[in-house]
Parts: sequence; C-alpha cells; structure tokens
Amino acid sequence: MFADYSITELTSIFAMQGFAGLILFSVFVLMALGLAIIFGQMGVINMAHGEFMILGAYVTYLTSSLFAEYLPSVYGSYFFIAMIFAFIVTAALGALVEWSIIRHLYKRPLDTLLATWGLSLILQQLYRTVFGAREVGVTLPDWLMGSYALSDSIEIPINGLFVMGLTIFITVGVALMMQKSRLGKQTRAVVQNRPMAAAVGINTEKVDRMTFALGCGIAGIAGSAFTMIGSTGPTSGQLYIVDTFLVVVFGGASSLIGTVASAFTISQAQSTMEFFLSGSTAKVLTLLTVVGILMLRPQGLFSLKIRR
Amino acid sequence: MHSKSKTFRGMLRRRFLQNLLAVPAAVMLANASLTAHADSANTTGLAVTDKTVTVGILHSVTGTMAISETGSVQAEKLAIEQINAMGGVLGRKIEYIQEDGASDWPTFAEKSKKLLIKDKAAAVFGCWTSASRKAVLPIFEQYNGMLYYPTFYEGLEQSPNVIYTGQEATQQILAGIDWVVKEKGAKSFFLLGSDYIWPRTSNKIARKHIDKLGLKVSGEEYYPLGHTQFNSVINKIKLKKPDVIFASVVGGSNVAFYKQLKAAGIDMTKEKPLVLTISVTEDEILGIGGENIEGAYASMKYFQSLTNDNNKNFVKAFKERWGDDIVIGDVTQAAYLGPWLWKAAVEKAGSFDIDKVRAASPGIELKTAPEGYVRIHENHHLWSKTRIGNAQADGQYKIVYETKDLIEPNPFPAGYQ
Repeated sequence: MFADYSITELTSIFAMQGFAGLILFSVFVLMALGLAIIFGQMGVINMAHGEFMILGAYVTYLTSSLFAEYLPSVYGSYFFIAMIFAFIVTAALGALVEWSIIRHLYKRPLDTLLATWGLSLILQQLYRTVFGAREVGVTLPDWLMGSYALSDSIEIPINGLFVMGLTIFITVGVALMMQKSRLGKQTRAVVQNRPMAAAVGINTEKVDRMTFALGCGIAGIAGSAFTMIGSTGPTSGQLYIVDTFLVVVFGGASSLIGTVASAFTISQAQSTMEFFLSGSTAKVLTLLTVVGILMLRPQGLFSLKIRR
Repeated sequence: MHSKSKTFRGMLRRRFLQNLLAVPAAVMLANASLTAHADSANTTGLAVTDKTVTVGILHSVTGTMAISETGSVQAEKLAIEQINAMGGVLGRKIEYIQEDGASDWPTFAEKSKKLLIKDKAAAVFGCWTSASRKAVLPIFEQYNGMLYYPTFYEGLEQSPNVIYTGQEATQQILAGIDWVVKEKGAKSFFLLGSDYIWPRTSNKIARKHIDKLGLKVSGEEYYPLGHTQFNSVINKIKLKKPDVIFASVVGGSNVAFYKQLKAAGIDMTKEKPLVLTISVTEDEILGIGGENIEGAYASMKYFQSLTNDNNKNFVKAFKERWGDDIVIGDVTQAAYLGPWLWKAAVEKAGSFDIDKVRAASPGIELKTAPEGYVRIHENHHLWSKTRIGNAQADGQYKIVYETKDLIEPNPFPAGYQ
C-alpha cells in the first residue's frame, strides 16, 4: 500500500493521522463526560444525552444569528459566549428534568432509561417544531475554519485543535471539581452511601439536581463545540449517543479516569483501523473488540473499589 | 432482474384472481355506496366523487428522514394546490390525505396499506429512501395502487405500480463522470459513500464506467450512516491524491464530511482534488453551510438556479407558499412533477382507473416542468437532462454544464451490475 510514496509523504500522513486520532479522542471525551457524570455518579441512564447536546448546538446557532444581527463587530468571539449560554440553558433544562421526572425514578434505574428515551423523542419533536425539520447551518467565525500548516505537508485542522483544548480544559475542570469542591465531595459521598450522606446533613436532593444539571450542561457545551464538525438538526443527537454509551460503559461507569482511558483506546483503535481498512469494517472491529473485552470484564476498564 | 419477468407475471395472475373475486363485491358495494361514484372515470371504487378525487401523500415528517422529506411534501402540496386552482383533474378537485412514514419502513408499509385499502387513494405521492420504497412496493403491487416516487435512486427496479420521477443512477452518474473526464482531465477517482444500497450501487456503476474509460479508481470507502468523523479517510485521500473525490455521503454525515474536509485544508475551489457529489442538493447545503462546500460540483437533473421560465415561476410560487428563505433541491422538484404527471396521465386516459392511468403514462410529456421538459419512458422512469452545478458560498449552484439531449433512463444497465 505504501510502496509508491516517499518517506516524507508517509511521515506527514502519519503525523496528521496521529492528530486525527487525538481529535477523535477529544471528541469522544467531550461527548462522554456529561454522560459519565450522570450515569457514573447517579446511575441514571440518560438516553436524552444527545438531545441535550443538540440543544447546546441550537443555542450556538441562535447566538450566532444574534451576533450577526446586532453585534457584527465582535462576531469573531461569539463562540465563547455561545458556549456559556449553551451550558446555562442545557443545565437549566437538566435541573428541570431532574425535578420533574428523574427524581421520582431513582429507585428504578431501568425506568429512567424509558423515561429519558421518551424525553429524547419529545425534545426531537420540539426542535422540529421550533427550528424546522431541516438542518440549520451554524456559521463559524473565520478564525476557526481552515487548517494550521505545521510544515509544507502537515496540516492540522484548527477546529480540531480547538476541540482538544476545550476538552482538556473541561476535563481538568470537572476532575478538580469532583476532587476539591464542596459539590464534588458531596456528590461522591452521596454516590458511595446515600443514607449516611443524608445523615451527616448533606441535602442529597439538591446534590442530585446539581449533578444532573452539571452533566447536562457539559453535554450542552459539547453540542456547541460539535457545530464545528457535525450537523445541527432535530435528530443529530442520535448520531452521538451510541458512541457515547460505548465510551462510558467500556470505561467503567463510575470512573472519570475510566472514561478518558476508554475514549483514548477506542479512538486510537478506530482511527488507526479506519486508515488501514474501510470505514465500516473498522467500526465493526471496534465494536467486536469492545464486546469481547466487556464479556471478560463486565465492570469496564476501571471501577471504584468500594464496599457495597 | 433475473426474477423480474417471473414476479411480474405472477402478479398479473394474482391480480386477475383478485378481480374475479372483486366483481360480485363491487356490484354489491355499488348499490350501497353513494360517495364512491362509479362512472366511466372510476370503475374500480377509488375515492372519486363528482366533485373530488382523493390522493395520498406519504413521507416522513418525523424521525431522521424528516430533514430530507419535508421539501417533497411541500412540493407535492404546492402542485396539488396549483392544479386545483386550474380546475382540478377531470373536473374534480384533488383532496389529499397525508400520512407520516415516521422514518420507519414498516410504518411506511402500514400507512400505504391504509391509503390504498381504507382511503382508496387514486394515487400516492411519497417515499424518499429506497428502503421505504422497497417496503411499500409489494403493497402497491398487491392492491394495485400508483406511487409517484421522487428521489434519485440506484435503479435496478421497475414496477408497473411506480412512476419514478427522479433519476436512476446511470442518468445521474455517467454524465457527471464523462464531464469531469472531458472538461477537467480527471484520471483517478476516490469513491466515498455512506454504507447502504444507494451509494454502493452508484459506486459500482461509477467504477464500471471509470474502468471502461481506462481510468483509475484509487480508493473506495464506505462509512456507516450517521458517521461523524472523517479525518482518517481525509488523510487517506491526501495520501492517494486522486483527481476526483466522487462522494455519495448522505444525511448528517454530509455536514461532518464537508466541514472536516475544509478544516483539513482541502480548498474545494482549487479543485485539487475536485469534489463531485451526487448527494448534496441545495437542501443539504443549508445544513452544511455554503462556505464549507464552495467549489464542489454536483451532478443532478435540477438546480434551483436554472434560468428557464418554468423554473422562475416555480421558484416564485414555492417561495410565496412556503417562505422566502426556503431552498429547492433536486428531489423537491422531482416531487413537484408527480401530481402534474399523474394529472396528465388521468386526462389522457379519461379515467382515474389505475390500469388506464398506467397504460396512458408512457409518452406523457410535461413541457411545464421546472427542469425544462420531461417525458415518461416505457420503463416508468423519466427522460431528463443532467446538469453539473458548482456550489457557491451563498448555498446555490452555478450551472456549468447541461447535457445536450435528454438522457434515456436505463434502470437495468447491461454490464453495470
């Protein structure tokens, strides 16, 4: 396959392919992080995760139209504002959903699956009614488009670099928050032992709501970032949901490090195989490997060692 | 193809038996039914009264395909309203019953059954994906309905109960490839598609044609429907340096592919490589963003920017009816042809009877078609021209080439299967 190419050509292609794998890794982490918090910490199977992401994308779309209309002079920086808006709006919706639906179902985890799946259908139809069945095009500021030429033949997509930066920022932020902040400590306490946490005076209902809202908010940021690389339509969220669950379950539901490790493994495996095999075959092989490993290790790559 | 003549004969036999059984039933019904007025224009109990005729519209307005099918619904409704404003068909106003296929193929089958058996629809305008068409096909053949199917598709099908108003694969693909070879001197092609029947069949035809021209296929790749990460394949394309990326990626994947292609530093306006797509209409560009696909070429029969008078009127009427910022793609136009072709066939037959409409259909021509002129072939597909459009930043295509003559539809191309 490589006989006809010069060494320099091959080097640059492999460099770019390495970056492609890293970008895919960042995308996986970003989309799985919100779900990992909700599924891992609370045990809620949130099938509407993709729709929360798309809500973030729609908020980005609205912000971009708003800036184009009223503040064209600072259009280049709208993307940051959009991500903040996306976080606020999706977190608010998350809190509302937790209050109205999820909190009644904590003792019945399989029912959360059904309820959030229903929610995802409702949200899809809502988007269709409000924004129309067609996809909307989110215009990006010019500085986010195009590529950065590292050398003559190595070109790195700028939006990919942006997603990587964002992912690192959010992952570190979430990790710090879970380890250091009051909410993080409370969340972990509630996960490990709910009655005891309540006994020491932690408002577990509030913690649940904040955790769910946080997970949804991060999904919103992810959705906002993904307007750079994917489509924004009523059902676009469905494009991400399978990969998202794959990453979270493979990583071991209750561990954020597991999520990162599993995103890394899956993305590297997939992007390498995509390069050497055809796209569909790569996908099949990735799924087969994950299924195989989960059969041997049902708890996923990493799991919390706590006494149940 | 091997089993086609056999199933066709089997079907005729089945229909003959059904008719035998239906005769006494029809006689009994004729006395009881006042609404289903049986005169020479309607001898088979279709939903036709002295003043109205009922047809069906069957598309997905919910689910993942709603993105694509919305335009078709709008076009069919517009055509029906325009026909009614002109006095209807054989003096009857067209009334439509709209059903939602919900992007789910069994639902399509269920709803088509309802439209044919319960509603007695005189014609059905609908379906978009090949999968939904394949799901309703046996029902239309069993209950002898008439389906007007708007999408460009892979061919390899011909049913007495379907009129295909979009192009079959050879009409769309061969002219496109011939053009890039002749005008742009293309020597090598990279075939890229979503992983299902239409892209795979289309690429099979493309590959055969490229081989025939003595040129090179430097790669052929498929990605699952809904795939959103194309960086690896873009690197592969960079390595193989083909002259042309021949793309049949669909749906949400489309948006991801073109955005990432641009982000990877491939400027399509430089045409190195040149992108030739058969799946991106103006509708899809809405989601992709004109600036992300500027410079790509599309091979289709219709673009909104066609300048003939028919099209100017059509675009004006469409925008008046559905809003100023709407765009019209190839399939939308093809869907618009459906009601008009049906009307012409009914008037030629002097009857709504499906069998008479079918017999009258071949040779029907439409001089008022937005794409210019079309004619129904014996094989139920349309003679049509193929055009090459160059995508512009404003989301429209600039037409750079048009075949001189109408291209004969050839759903079973010899040597291409």
